[in-house]
Amino acid sequence: MSAFWIILTGSLVAASCGLLGCFLILRRMAMIGDAISHAVLPGIVIAYIFTHSLDSLPMILGATSVGLLATFLIELVHQKGKVQADAAIGLIFTFLFSCGVILISSWTKHIDLDADCVLHGEIAMVPFELWITESGLNLGPIAVWKLSILFLIVVGLIYVGYRPLRLTTFDPQYAAAIGVSTGFWHYLLMGAVSMTTVLSFESVGAILVVAFLVAPPAIAYLLTERLDHMLLISLLAGLISAVGGYALAAALEGAIAGAMTAVLGIEFIFAYCYYVYLRK
Amino acid sequence: MIIQAENPVVEVHNLSVTYHNKPVLWEADFSIPAGNLVGILGPNGAGKTTLIKAIMNLVDPSSGYVKLFDRPLDEVRPRVSYVPQKESVDWDFPTNVLDVVLMGRFGKRGFFRSWTRKDKEIALACLEKVGMQDFQKRQISQLSGGQQQRVFLARSLAQEADLYFMDEPFAGIDAATEDSILKLLLEMRSMGKTLLIVHHDLQSAFEYFDWFVFLNTRLVASGPKAEVFNREILQETYGSKLTLLHTISNLLTKEGLPMRDETDLE
Ligand SMILES: Nc1ncnc2c1ncn2[C@@H]1O[C@H](COP(=O)(O)OP(=O)(O)OP(=O)(O)O)[C@@H](O)[C@H]1O
Ligand SMILES: [Mg+2]
Repeated sequence: MSAFWIILTGSLVAASCGLLGCFLILRRMAMIGDAISHAVLPGIVIAYIFTHSLDSLPMILGATSVGLLATFLIELVHQKGKVQADAAIGLIFTFLFSCGVILISSWTKHIDLDADCVLHGEIAMVPFELWITESGLNLGPIAVWKLSILFLIVVGLIYVGYRPLRLTTFDPQYAAAIGVSTGFWHYLLMGAVSMTTVLSFESVGAILVVAFLVAPPAIAYLLTERLDHMLLISLLAGLISAVGGYALAAALEGAIAGAMTAVLGIEFIFAYCYYVYLRK
Repeated sequence: MIIQAENPVVEVHNLSVTYHNKPVLWEADFSIPAGNLVGILGPNGAGKTTLIKAIMNLVDPSSGYVKLFDRPLDEVRPRVSYVPQKESVDWDFPTNVLDVVLMGRFGKRGFFRSWTRKDKEIALACLEKVGMQDFQKRQISQLSGGQQQRVFLARSLAQEADLYFMDEPFAGIDAATEDSILKLLLEMRSMGKTLLIVHHDLQSAFEYFDWFVFLNTRLVASGPKAEVFNREILQETYGSKLTLLHTISNLLTKEGLPMRDETDLE
């Protein structure tokens, strides 16, 4: 049973990240997931100071809004400050992360919270944190519930916003010229990325989230010339790595997150060979 | 010399744009009459792109305002079409030619209704107008620069607007295609549409356009061809580059247009 939960958790994270990641890499913001995941620390700490709990709605909201603040600051520094986009990302996320570290060290001395336990979830632990109702009913791992809701939100966003997201990603100037609010779609996307990053980090850990945000879209990009296919292939590549990674980890008795990431690497090599040798 | 139009479709009032405290467009004030093919001319860095972006509300002016069809842009967007310089997008984006042209239909159709047969027919017809009908399924990264430019033109045409702003639509387009597209633009003009086109080739500009806006950070001149396409204004716009002025003087003499200071050309 625990194998099932771990694979399901991995698949849900892979799916949400893979879908959003397609838009991120096309916007040349692949590493924003990594940045956001660190930048949200002060939001998590502040929410923790107020609620004294780590898995609560306030924490998710706190983290998501700081994630949005981070993307806003990155845009600001990039556009107004003439700083290149990748430099702006580096600047803002280290700044916010350090704010979080300062908050932790000065305000939460007496509380059991450190940067590690906030940022480094472990997918192998997912089956042990169960949601058990007051009557004693076992509803399965909490993470699976949260990630399922997240997945539905992400799919909903992309289903409804597919065309405007595509247009504002491809040609933001033209989009603005016909009256589409590029800012609205940008921040909606970034809000979803923030939320996804926070929830996924908490349950599967750092490397895996960044890997799922970047690798499946990069693989899909090599295999197709259509955005809708790219989204589907990205989903599929994520699923394969969740299942294959678990099997690999079981066979080698190794770390699950590492194995899933490794499978992504192998998939990428295959995709690259296809791209170089076979694609016309 | 600035000649204001009666019943203008484009009114630009005192428009200034600065980047980092450096003015790149200085108090431009002009108007454009309906049903004209208008050339926006000026040297590199003159502020032509900036002018169009300011009119389309893509950059914030530091002063001034713009009215289109006597209204602010927001109220008339479906009637206004914009062709950005093609360098402004990533041509490796995973999409094909037809999809890009269909983007021109979003203004009319909105994002949330699927394409009708009519939308597709219009998109195909527009591709045909720019001679790209055989490329509709082609991935956009596999187009030449001139073909990309034609796809952008087709997208703009698919919008079925009344007023067009085109930023160097002929950049990289071969002479034969340029000619046929210019004829197409003339046809649109005769249907009462107004087209403002940033253009660098004085020869074809002189041949096809009826109204000119000369820019060099400030507005040098705006008016009908006969009034503003002359040596002084060209000189004021481009500086005195002799080869250029020779070409122009030949043009002007051929057309029998007024040439002033004929003597000091030699
Ligand atoms: N984003 C920007 N930031 C700072 N300066 C800019 C920016 N965009 C344009 N400029 C400057 O503004 C001036 C006008 O630029 P603009 O692009 O409007 O010129 P243009 O007339 O379209 O030139 P070209 O014929 O080369 O297309 C130039 O001096 C340019 O360096
Ligand atoms: Mg320009």
